[in-house]
Amino acid sequence: MKGKTVPVLVVLGIIVVIWYICTVWKNAAWVQDQAGRDGRTVGFGELVTATMALERPMLPAPHQVAAALWDGIAGQAVTSKRSLVYHGWVTLEATLAGFALGIVLGVSLAVGIVYFRVMEMTVMPWAVISQTIPIVALAPMIVVLSNTLSLGEALGLENRLVSKTIISAYLSFFPVLVGMVKGLRSPDAMQLDQLATWNASGWQSFLYLRLPASMPYFFASLKVAIAAALVGAIVGELPTGAVEGLGARMLVASQFGQPLLMWASLFAAALVAGLLILGVGALQRAADRAMGVRA
Amino acid sequence: MKDTLNTGAPVIEAKGLNLTFQTGDGPVHALKDVNLTVNRGDFVSFIGPSGCGKTTFLRCVAALEHPTGGSLTVNGMTPDEARMKRAYGYVFQAAGLYPWRTIAGNIRLPLEIMGFDKDEQARRVERVLDLVELKGFGKKFPWQLSGGMQQRASIARALAFDADILLMDEPFGALDEIVRDRLNEELLKLWAATGKTIGFVTHSIPEAVYLSTKIVVMSPRPGRITDVIDSPLPKERPLDIRDSREFIEIAHRVREGLRAGHGDEV
Repeated sequence: MKGKTVPVLVVLGIIVVIWYICTVWKNAAWVQDQAGRDGRTVGFGELVTATMALERPMLPAPHQVAAALWDGIAGQAVTSKRSLVYHGWVTLEATLAGFALGIVLGVSLAVGIVYFRVMEMTVMPWAVISQTIPIVALAPMIVVLSNTLSLGEALGLENRLVSKTIISAYLSFFPVLVGMVKGLRSPDAMQLDQLATWNASGWQSFLYLRLPASMPYFFASLKVAIAAALVGAIVGELPTGAVEGLGARMLVASQFGQPLLMWASLFAAALVAGLLILGVGALQRAADRAMGVRA
Repeated sequence: MKDTLNTGAPVIEAKGLNLTFQTGDGPVHALKDVNLTVNRGDFVSFIGPSGCGKTTFLRCVAALEHPTGGSLTVNGMTPDEARMKRAYGYVFQAAGLYPWRTIAGNIRLPLEIMGFDKDEQARRVERVLDLVELKGFGKKFPWQLSGGMQQRASIARALAFDADILLMDEPFGALDEIVRDRLNEELLKLWAATGKTIGFVTHSIPEAVYLSTKIVVMSPRPGRITDVIDSPLPKERPLDIRDSREFIEIAHRVREGLRAGHGDEV
């Protein structure tokens, strides 16, 4: 981990520098227009400071975004509708629910596909096709449909959460499905013959060999799936009437001309993504330890 | 059943055994008119070039392949019945240990599948670890062991459930010669100690001659038996027996058999 810190910081530094340069470049025209209207000319020094202190910049400076992010996270009560922690939690809730549903769906379909040839021929093509439909086109339909059917009320949950969970699961089941099909098929003919010589049942072959053998594939696919689940939850928040969640926050901010808030929400989403990836990584390491993987 | 317990009673009997695979290029005769009797306590080696059917024959005995003609009995049963009665342990060329299980866990695997109780499992694991000289390695994971030790663990696994037939398909093929010599010596000791009937597939003439009481020489296309040699070597075999005149004579006869088998293949 230590060896990685320096390269990461160097890259981060380069990005920040480029970002500052772009901030000046993108906002300069607006500052000069303002000054021209007042009949003034601005020098280079003034131009630089002015471009980084705009209330509604075309491109906010990194420190402005950082300040807005900090204010959103630490400057508000977590129950406040202005708190990014509050909105982050709303998004996280849907992400985790969708992720869990996606795992259940992906794993059970994979088991079916591996054990039943009929399912391989019928389910697999549809699973692939499902992922070629743009989710932004599909999301509003899922929202409307789950609202009309009152799926949430039937389950004793909020309708909004249910539709977001469905969208999130829709995106995250696929990597799990593909990974698990490959993983469950990873034992070679020799290992399967071996089980046959012990007269093992189909269930025993699954439990003792196929399932544990699929774990590396499972965790690799989880890393993709968790990111997809978050994207799903955020996309699901855009057409819901935009009330809660980081997606809704971004949409509102962009519609009402609050670029700082928009960027802060974006970074909050990135933060949530980072935490989720770390969580999956920790889970994988725990599983590796339990399964005796060479450190 | 009682007479099969006596040494010398037939354990594996093949009569006019045929196995033809249908492929895109027409039928392939993997086994043609194979007749062989293996008696209780025999150590039988199958030797021949690739495609001679030695592994296929072993797989037929294990009911992993099904003959298309002739008859084959294992302990007086069909191979499928014998498999269901867990009449044999099978050792493959690769150790095939599960990386997520410890050595003891790997040896316990067939016992768990067969439903032995926990105490019995532990007892048996200890006993076979001792038998293959891996005492104290039970808690290690496979990657912590050398290739030779892994193969010994896989033999222990095949011994754990007390099948009286041990089928071994080039078990030492992937190991270097020094390790191989050592394991051959240990295998003979194990055989003497357990009195099992062993079917052993190999590419190596010295290995076949050193280990076996009966050497089955096979040749390909179609896969068939060209010679069956009953070894006159004594049961006690130190490694240097390989320099004796008898040993060299048998090795010569095996080599002749292999050459003859190759002659009509043009």
